[in-house]
Amino acid sequence: MQKPLLEVNGLKKYFDIRGGVLGKKVGEVKAVDDVTFTVKEGEILGIVGESGCGKSTTGKSILRLIEPTDGEVKFEGRDITAVTQEEMRKLRRDMQIIFQDPYASLNPRHTIEKVISEPLLIHGMKSVKERKERVRELLEVVGLSDYHASRYPHQFSGGQRQRIGIARALANNPKLIICDEPVSALDVSVQSQILNLMEELRDQFNLTYIFIAHDLSVVKHISDRVGVMYLGRMVELADKDNLYDDPKHPYTRALLSAVPLPDPDVKKERIILKGDVPSPANPPTGCTFHTRCPNVMDICKTARPQFNQIDENHAVACHLYN
Amino acid sequence: MKIEERPKVEKLLTNPVKRNHQFDTVEVKVSPPWKDAVKQLRKNRFAVAGFIIIVFFVFLGLLAPLLTPYSYEEQNLANRLLAPSADHWFGTDDLGRDIFTRIAYGARISLQVGLFAVSGALVFGTILGIVAGYFGRWIDTIISRTFDMLLAFPSILLAIAVVAILGASLENALIAIAIINIPVFGRLVRSRVISLREEEYIMAAKAQGMKNGRILLHHILPNSMAPIIVQSTLGFGTAILDAAALGFLGLGAQPPMPEWGKMLADSRNFIQLAPWTLIAPGISIMLVVLGFNLIGDGLRDAIDPKMKS
Repeated sequence: MQKPLLEVNGLKKYFDIRGGVLGKKVGEVKAVDDVTFTVKEGEILGIVGESGCGKSTTGKSILRLIEPTDGEVKFEGRDITAVTQEEMRKLRRDMQIIFQDPYASLNPRHTIEKVISEPLLIHGMKSVKERKERVRELLEVVGLSDYHASRYPHQFSGGQRQRIGIARALANNPKLIICDEPVSALDVSVQSQILNLMEELRDQFNLTYIFIAHDLSVVKHISDRVGVMYLGRMVELADKDNLYDDPKHPYTRALLSAVPLPDPDVKKERIILKGDVPSPANPPTGCTFHTRCPNVMDICKTARPQFNQIDENHAVACHLYN
Repeated sequence: MKIEERPKVEKLLTNPVKRNHQFDTVEVKVSPPWKDAVKQLRKNRFAVAGFIIIVFFVFLGLLAPLLTPYSYEEQNLANRLLAPSADHWFGTDDLGRDIFTRIAYGARISLQVGLFAVSGALVFGTILGIVAGYFGRWIDTIISRTFDMLLAFPSILLAIAVVAILGASLENALIAIAIINIPVFGRLVRSRVISLREEEYIMAAKAQGMKNGRILLHHILPNSMAPIIVQSTLGFGTAILDAAALGFLGLGAQPPMPEWGKMLADSRNFIQLAPWTLIAPGISIMLVVLGFNLIGDGLRDAIDPKMKS
């Protein structure tokens, strides 16, 4: 068993809702509510869920780009929620992020050379020559060329920009990369190129990914383990094959049944969920899914289900499995 | 409920390190964004006209001693209120001084006032605006409310108050004009910084481990430059106008300095007798302000924050 690289314990992020003339706190949005998981070295953990379920907030809270409200994030055994800003700044060379929107995540006034060499400079690579060399190397690694370095971001296509974003994340040889929906803004054909690139890079540089996405087939393609989030909570976490072949949580089942099949002759039962996702500002009591769950029981309305290990490498938060 | 295994996406790249260019191999000419802006500006006829006007006045000021044999302060009472002629292109004023000479030397004063007042307001306004916008919270509250207080007064009234406290002189008028322009720049920069702060590339900069200072100087400031440049150019015009107004009220340049506003004030008694004494400084003020406004408008069109290509 590999040792865990990242341990997330009871991570919470509540955003305050302020109203009135004086900006008094009138409520809070529980974007991430008590999420716990570990990521082993060298693995790819996929996180899926609908829009607004807190996937991205989880990713950004782990890096403290959004300060978590509560909880513990241990990176290589060290709780990084407790370190000072300056220490955190130094730790960032080991923990990187790839953003969803390759059009917004690159400074439009910087050349690619500057975009990729800046992280090198701030983490101590002072020599201009070394930096140039490294930028060239990184561009090649992500499938771009030397001469692209002097261009500006607006002169690239979406897929190329995402490659630049990946090169920037790789600059300081990080150990962990959080991929915040890195392919959802790209065309399908380009998506597969980027996914293949990311897999290759993982093998080549021994990286660990947390791969956030809402596309189930993308996550299935790339992940080793998959976590499913609903309304700020992790409802199921299992090995990829376990999860896709034998989903336990009713929400996971419904999600998977919605994946379109490439074969029009195959008929399968679809589980249609009723209603909308409740507001995270006022989540339902007990299990947050009980308002839409086809298997709802009385206990679901009052008690929040524990996140239980029901099998080796398969955990689920549902009263059906207690 | 088994999901069909999807065909694995064909590997496009087999050897990731040595790889041929899969994209265009044609070298594309790369021009930095400001070059595009200059190109855009040169196409704008009004902006070019404004530029020519300003260049004209700059040279008028710089070359004043070469252009005219007269002194701007020496009185010649025998030649009082002469109409424009070959000797005195714009005529003479009530003390017999050549008006063209005074306009030329006055260009120096006006352009200097514009330059120093705008730079002062620019530096302090930008610093305060960036600090307020980036750090937010109570710092923002203090700075923004102070700006609101300054903006609550009509600007010329505030300038008069500042000059009244400091004493009437060109330097103090200049300081007053700089002060009344600080909140204009400050608010502009603050709002720009607040919108930039939410940009993903700023979060990306933070994620890379950059310090606040670097994020401000290398990422936020360069991206806020466009509105600052436009405002500076437009501010040049208003600063000159304000200086002329203060001069007209006797609160700016003191005699015998050939300040255009002061010239207007001194000759307003002769409007019927010798209208040229008013026309020359009046038109000069108008032209310079117009010139800066034309350039400013042209810049606003040319520097589009979403750069096209």
